[in-house]
Amino acid sequence: MTTTAKPVDNGVNTAALLAAREALTETPEAADFTWRATCSWVHGTYSRSTVEGFSGLGQEHVHRQAFTFDADHPECFASEDRGATPVEIVLAALASCLTAGVAAVAQNRNIQLRKVTSTLEGKMNVLGILGGDPEVRNGFSAINVHFDIDADASADEIEALVAQSQKRSAVFDVITNPTNVSVSVG
Amino acid sequence: MYTTTVIIGAGHSGLSMSRRLTERSIEHVVLERGEVANSWRKERWDSLRLLTPNWHSHLPGMRYPGNDLDGFMGMPELVEFIDSYAAAIDAPVHTQTTVTRVAVSSSGFQVTTDRGEWDCTALVIASGAANIADVPSVSSAVPNSIEMFTPLTYRSPDRLGKGGVLVVGASATGIQLADEIHRSGRPVTIAVGEHVRLPRTYRGRDIFWWMDAAGVLDERHDEVDDLVRARHVPSPQLIGTPEHRSLDLNLLAQLGVKVVGRLGSVKDGVAQFSGGLANTCRLADLKMNRLLNRFDDWVVDENIDVVEPPHRFEPTSVPSAPTVEIDLRRDGIGTIVWATGYRPDYSWLDVPVVDRKGRIRHHGGIVRDAPGMYVLGETLLRTRRSSYIAGADQDTCELANHLYEHLDGHEAGSRDPGAHHGMS
Repeated sequence: MTTTAKPVDNGVNTAALLAAREALTETPEAADFTWRATCSWVHGTYSRSTVEGFSGLGQEHVHRQAFTFDADHPECFASEDRGATPVEIVLAALASCLTAGVAAVAQNRNIQLRKVTSTLEGKMNVLGILGGDPEVRNGFSAINVHFDIDADASADEIEALVAQSQKRSAVFDVITNPTNVSVSVG
Repeated sequence: MYTTTVIIGAGHSGLSMSRRLTERSIEHVVLERGEVANSWRKERWDSLRLLTPNWHSHLPGMRYPGNDLDGFMGMPELVEFIDSYAAAIDAPVHTQTTVTRVAVSSSGFQVTTDRGEWDCTALVIASGAANIADVPSVSSAVPNSIEMFTPLTYRSPDRLGKGGVLVVGASATGIQLADEIHRSGRPVTIAVGEHVRLPRTYRGRDIFWWMDAAGVLDERHDEVDDLVRARHVPSPQLIGTPEHRSLDLNLLAQLGVKVVGRLGSVKDGVAQFSGGLANTCRLADLKMNRLLNRFDDWVVDENIDVVEPPHRFEPTSVPSAPTVEIDLRRDGIGTIVWATGYRPDYSWLDVPVVDRKGRIRHHGGIVRDAPGMYVLGETLLRTRRSSYIAGADQDTCELANHLYEHLDGHEAGSRDPGAHHGMS
């Protein structure tokens, strides 16, 4: 620890986030967000998803630009590998969500981050999706996340950052808890 | 009928306030739906003892009367203690008087009961924070063949069927019931969400000695970092027993209790549990260690005489792949106990001071939106001590002073400068 007080800056505006929490507690309906994605089949297992608009704070919003996500299956599944597999996108979403959380919590706890990297593994027996074994589930049997963090903090403080980011992570919650999904056609 | 102040509830909080008002010669009544200490008498399970040691359990003007200062009162003892307190302070209690409505009136408040109406200038709500068992909506999807209990309806294991039992929740209540039910020979699964792990004793002293002496219990509502969060923290994993034993998830697992994550859903008889169990346990371990660090630092800084050296407890051991799905019937679950918290019942309160979550908006017990109204007995009402029996002592002292000032102002503002508000 240095004794010169250089302000901690992880690039997260926690004051704004805390103010938003305060405001939204007063007007809970504004806290209801809807996130959206659209997807178009291209060819084979290749598809392209787009996110652009979402609603929240009582109004519609658009991203600064439309973002697209190409997804496909790899060649070993007799596909052409024109994008990440959808389950890899899930891992990427989990990593990004936890990483954003680490940065935000660190800012709030006045901890300067220097480097945050993570490695994720999703374990899956593909007999499930291939219908080859009814006892095997389609999804991941387990997900392992490993963080390497360089920061001005003790090992316990860094562990607490990662624990708190899981506690406040939307994607961690989406993955670890059941969610009702309704799918309609036409 | 008019009286200066109506206190609703003759538990430890309402009676403490009664004593404070008597000290200040403020005329009042205490309205009680049942008998003195009704909730402690009728709405607790048989084996329950307070989490706080007896030396901690004092009320205004009365210390714990027995000899077992380090012990933990069971419910019969506690009821006797509160009963004797009501008698000693000669509290003007009207038992078997249920408040059905409170509204604003010209004098302050109109209190309607099943035994008549009262008008008053000040109102103290001490009807308890645990009137209703807060059971999550997922309970409606539980198959009919499974019997369900809440901590308000559960009495003892021998009233349960012989099958397996799912205890939902791992606060003081959940962990105590899981322990007791599993020891009765019924295999228990406990669903664990966010929880607070605390050892019963540390370095040879009770955890409440530490929290009391090191100032944790004195932390005020307007000082804590995040009050909303602090007021929603579950009760700590503690049990009061003559052996002063600790009770945590490691001990339950050693007994053979199956530990799973937070209950997420029940669908077609299958319960799904969160895969985030490892993190909730890690958070609790880290938080416990931060508290122990604080105690150790305090011992050094203040040069406190504690003989035993600092040490740390085993981290919570979580299975490498905790169960995330249980088919309730196939796996023999015959009973579910919802230890998922409590909430107060303010359905009779017809004054717009209740927020969308059913809680009274207050500042340390002072209901600013309805001057003259006070609330007692809630978690971290004024300090962390407020959550426990002894919190009433200090809280009522401070709030009675505020109430006295309110009556004074009310009198000064009234048309008749000679108006008497019951101060004699």
